[in-house]
Amino acid sequence: MSVAPADDAPRAPLSQRVQSVRPQQVPGTLGATVTVTVDGQNLPVPLGTTILEAARQLGIRIPTLCYHEDLCVAGVCRICVVEVEGQATLQAACAYPITAPLVIQPHSRKVRRARRHILDLMLAEHYGDCYACFRNGNCELQSLAKEYGVDEFRFGHVTAPRYPVDRSSYAVVRDMNKCILCRRCVRTCIDLQEVGVLEAVGRGDRTRIATFLDKPLGEVVCINCGQCINRCPTGALRANDPTDEVWNAIDHPTRHVVIQTAPSPRAAIGECFGCEPGTALTFQLNTALRQCGFDRVFDTNFTADLTIIEEGTELLLRLRQALQDKQPVALPLFTSCSPGWVKYLEHFYPEMIPHLSSAKSPQQMFGAVIKTYYARMHDLDPAQIVTVALMPCSAKKFECNRPEMCSSGYKDIDYGLTTRELAQMIQEAGIHLPDLTPSDFDDPFGTATGSGVIFGATGGVMEAAIRSVIELVCGVRIESIFEHADVLPVRGFEGVKYAELDLPAIGPVPPLLAGLFTDWSWLAGARLKVGVCHGTANAHKVLEDIKAGGPFSQCHFIEFMACPGGCLGGGGQPIPTSPAIRAARARAIYAEDTAYEVRKSHENPAIARLYGEFFKDGPGSPLCHELLHTHYTPRGKYIV
Amino acid sequence: MSVSIRTPLTFRDVPPGVGLEAALALKRPAVIATLRAADLRGRGGAGFPTATKWNLAAAAQSKTKYVVCNADEGEPGTFKDRVILNHFPDLVLDGMLIGGYAIGARKGLIYLRGEYTYLRAPLEGILARRRQERRLGRAILGKKGFDFDIEIRMGAGAYVCGEETALIESLEGQRGEPRNRPPFPVDTGFQDQPTIVNNVETLAWVACIFAKGADWFRALGTAKSRGLKIFSVTGDCERPGIYEYPMGLTVGELMQRVGGEGAKAVQIGGAAGRCVPAALFDRTIAFEDIPTGGSIIVFGPQRDMLQVAKNFMEFFVEESCGQCTPCRAGTRKLLGGLELLENGRCSIEYLSELCRLGESISLASKCGLGQSSPKAFLSIIRHFRDELLGRPAPATS
Amino acid sequence: MLITEHELLKDEIREWCVRYGADRGALLPILQEVQHKYGHISEFAMQQIADALEIHPVEVDGVVSFYQFLHTRTHGRFVIRLCRTVSCDMAGKDRVARQLENELGISFGATTPDGRFTLEWASCLGLCDQGPALLVNETVYREVTPEKVHEIVSACRRSLSAHAPEFSQEAAS
Repeated sequence: MSVAPADDAPRAPLSQRVQSVRPQQVPGTLGATVTVTVDGQNLPVPLGTTILEAARQLGIRIPTLCYHEDLCVAGVCRICVVEVEGQATLQAACAYPITAPLVIQPHSRKVRRARRHILDLMLAEHYGDCYACFRNGNCELQSLAKEYGVDEFRFGHVTAPRYPVDRSSYAVVRDMNKCILCRRCVRTCIDLQEVGVLEAVGRGDRTRIATFLDKPLGEVVCINCGQCINRCPTGALRANDPTDEVWNAIDHPTRHVVIQTAPSPRAAIGECFGCEPGTALTFQLNTALRQCGFDRVFDTNFTADLTIIEEGTELLLRLRQALQDKQPVALPLFTSCSPGWVKYLEHFYPEMIPHLSSAKSPQQMFGAVIKTYYARMHDLDPAQIVTVALMPCSAKKFECNRPEMCSSGYKDIDYGLTTRELAQMIQEAGIHLPDLTPSDFDDPFGTATGSGVIFGATGGVMEAAIRSVIELVCGVRIESIFEHADVLPVRGFEGVKYAELDLPAIGPVPPLLAGLFTDWSWLAGARLKVGVCHGTANAHKVLEDIKAGGPFSQCHFIEFMACPGGCLGGGGQPIPTSPAIRAARARAIYAEDTAYEVRKSHENPAIARLYGEFFKDGPGSPLCHELLHTHYTPRGKYIV
Repeated sequence: MSVSIRTPLTFRDVPPGVGLEAALALKRPAVIATLRAADLRGRGGAGFPTATKWNLAAAAQSKTKYVVCNADEGEPGTFKDRVILNHFPDLVLDGMLIGGYAIGARKGLIYLRGEYTYLRAPLEGILARRRQERRLGRAILGKKGFDFDIEIRMGAGAYVCGEETALIESLEGQRGEPRNRPPFPVDTGFQDQPTIVNNVETLAWVACIFAKGADWFRALGTAKSRGLKIFSVTGDCERPGIYEYPMGLTVGELMQRVGGEGAKAVQIGGAAGRCVPAALFDRTIAFEDIPTGGSIIVFGPQRDMLQVAKNFMEFFVEESCGQCTPCRAGTRKLLGGLELLENGRCSIEYLSELCRLGESISLASKCGLGQSSPKAFLSIIRHFRDELLGRPAPATS
Repeated sequence: MLITEHELLKDEIREWCVRYGADRGALLPILQEVQHKYGHISEFAMQQIADALEIHPVEVDGVVSFYQFLHTRTHGRFVIRLCRTVSCDMAGKDRVARQLENELGISFGATTPDGRFTLEWASCLGLCDQGPALLVNETVYREVTPEKVHEIVSACRRSLSAHAPEFSQEAAS
């Protein structure tokens, strides 16, 4: 196994690139420290540390709004201004790199007054009432108003909306009346994700955030990742919320309402109930969902395992074409579980669609299985079944509404709920989630494996695939190669990862896959090259590398996730997000994986039963293709 | 109809090329030392010492550096840069070359405002002529190793691009939004390379200083504001036009010379400057007292100062880049206050709050434009309160 | 726009990319070329330019909407920009403005139905000692009176065979 970092290819132009702050490159002073005095406390800091960072190290709070740990510095909201001794004007703490000894007053009279004025101005522009807003209680503007004792609208308050609310997207709702122009969404969309849907347009007091020529969000190249929602300080961006419809289904006398829960929301939903990030409430959630009135609670991990089998089969078929038949075939194979990533590829690299696995995502596979296998098993009319999915993701809302996602004759998934929306439903039902007694998932899909759980973290799909592929085709225990079956080379938050893996010998292939080929010897001695990347900015790097014939073009299999950190950093997850929060969620997910008895997809007995009873011709069979696979639409980036 | 040039101009006495030749005869550090001796400060309005700026850029470690001539003259009431570019373009170009020589740059850019597009063709012609004369291009004036060429880039109608970092943004194809400072352009400027951005007039004075000597320049003006300054005088006076005087003359003296003796106030420094009432006409025009980029607007006794203030605030509401909260939203509120005054509906309490807001805008805005946007408002409110308060409601038609 | 016009524009953008460089720094010069030639920057042009410079169309939109002299909608053959800043204001720009509206039958911000004239405000034109001043395309007019408005508009109407009055008053000063 060797791990090589990818080339740091130059990124596309950045909207606010200029505002990144670089420490002054003074020869001979690199790595030097300088002493800063904040509120009377001294602190030596490396040259180039910002005033904000220094203050935070000292435990001194400086309010921020446009600043976000994940994004480059903008310095536009000005709420973080501080007084720097010897300077006539106030300086933005987030944007001021310390290159000389400074004495800073973070809360002087001038500073407090300026901050209050800035808040007053934002509130004068910000339309809406806090009690009629989904961010009530979790709004950065609201908290600052409280912190600075705002008890009146000193400079007035808009009383009528100025912009129509854009509800054209299945995933993201934009209400620019609540926008305070912090531009976090712009930096998220252009810099962090490199999708480039949102930008500041106009100037002066007519400046606003807009799509290309104000086209509806549903008609531009938005990939629905929802990262902008997670970083919006107010309620200007939110997910398209179907909770009313879900309640209607639950309350309907004849509807059979089934919910599946994905691992990432379970590792994060506690945050909506005051728990520390990284508190997994998987089994308490099962109890809560039953109390809310869902008829069955299933684990998306089950179809995550199914995805591994179907996608793995597809990989083996393509590998044989390449390695044995020496036929041209679309390799590397790209994973297709992340609907944001899928739409990104459809828009920006439509010519590479053949690389995308045809396997549906676990969410959609579950829907298809429920409205066929499960309905038949329990003698239910699929028309009466309502399938709900709890996902960390806003793009899943778009995915379940794709017209092709109804091969059973019914919509695979009727509603996609985000973590935030489900937490809201649970609160509405009067339930305090952390207090509940844990309970198990429902049969027949109750059993899942650790491999399914780790789909929630970047590298998880790849790790699950490696666990199964090694065992299935090499006939050796994965533990003999990776201690505790932890495939560490594909874990972690580096944007792009690359690994190679030798398939030493071909062992006895278990019955599930044995029928695939009569002869497996072509695979012996092969060296499997895999890649993992998360965040579409990194996907952009990898795809450009492939186009240029770089190392990733030699890969066999690449995992792509649209969101930074993978699903645990999804656009439907609790707000706020930060590297530390995502790391805590990842720890919860890997801890859950370790706790499973069965940690490999192919060892899941329920999977074996599903193939035995329903998909009798095995993985990759025509029925599997009909129900578990899909096709894609080349969309291109031209906006009409 | 020609521009009214009302005083003799030094620029007429300095033939093109003399300053350049003198500068190129010196070693690079001596060029900056000469400027320091002359104590030239930026003529765009901010008054930053030119030698310090150039020295920082000269010291910056980079193979690629730039000289940018800021010809985005947008300050209301100024037109001196247009006149200089029209009548004395070679002095400006000489100044750019001297800057390029001093800091080690090979490329210069003139950022010419879109409103002056008619100046582009003549300037291109002069550049072409200079290339033939070897006053531009390779081995300038036969000096081996000193190559320098100049390109003209057009603005497209944005006052804020006169702010040097916004200007650089615009050159890079971005919205003209000022950058965070530090880092400063002398370190991280155009295309992240060390860049000096100088006003048209500053560059012309550079050429004159090398032609006539640092001592000549230093002997004029005040201790903190040396040398001569070009003023653009407009408004309610008998002789509007271009004037050249040493720095440090009083507002009153200037009014006598332009035929504005009866003025009740003078706006010094354009929309970004301040309004000086007649009672303060003994104040001096200099960096240490009342700084200006050259805009002098005279208000006669009949002028409604509320309308003046409103015009300035409308200007900022339109011309703010819209990036930072205090300037974008604050200027709108100040304008709103003036509209209330106009309708006789502004309480003194609210007016006081607006004045405090104005101070916060000055303190907390990101760039110089934002920081100076409330100055006109604040000075007019302070000096002409009586004239503004308690107006009758306008008759409804 | 016809397909062939689209093709033509694509070719032109390609040429401009060669002249100004195919990077973001070339954005303003290319936009100015398009604006100059077509009187506005169409949606199609913005997407083509974005593609050529490897930036996002919305970034082009952000830049176009920032600058007063760049427009996404069709402008008249003659764009009349009247300075509304303080010196011109004091010199009587309001009466000139009223007369312009009367002569053209449109208000500020609008284009005449025949597509000949667009009327706009400008921030300081730098002709403050000779106000009220206005620009007709790239030509300056100083000390404009309501009476002179009629002459200026008539001159434009007469010279419709050319795209703009070619003389520059500045050159004569």
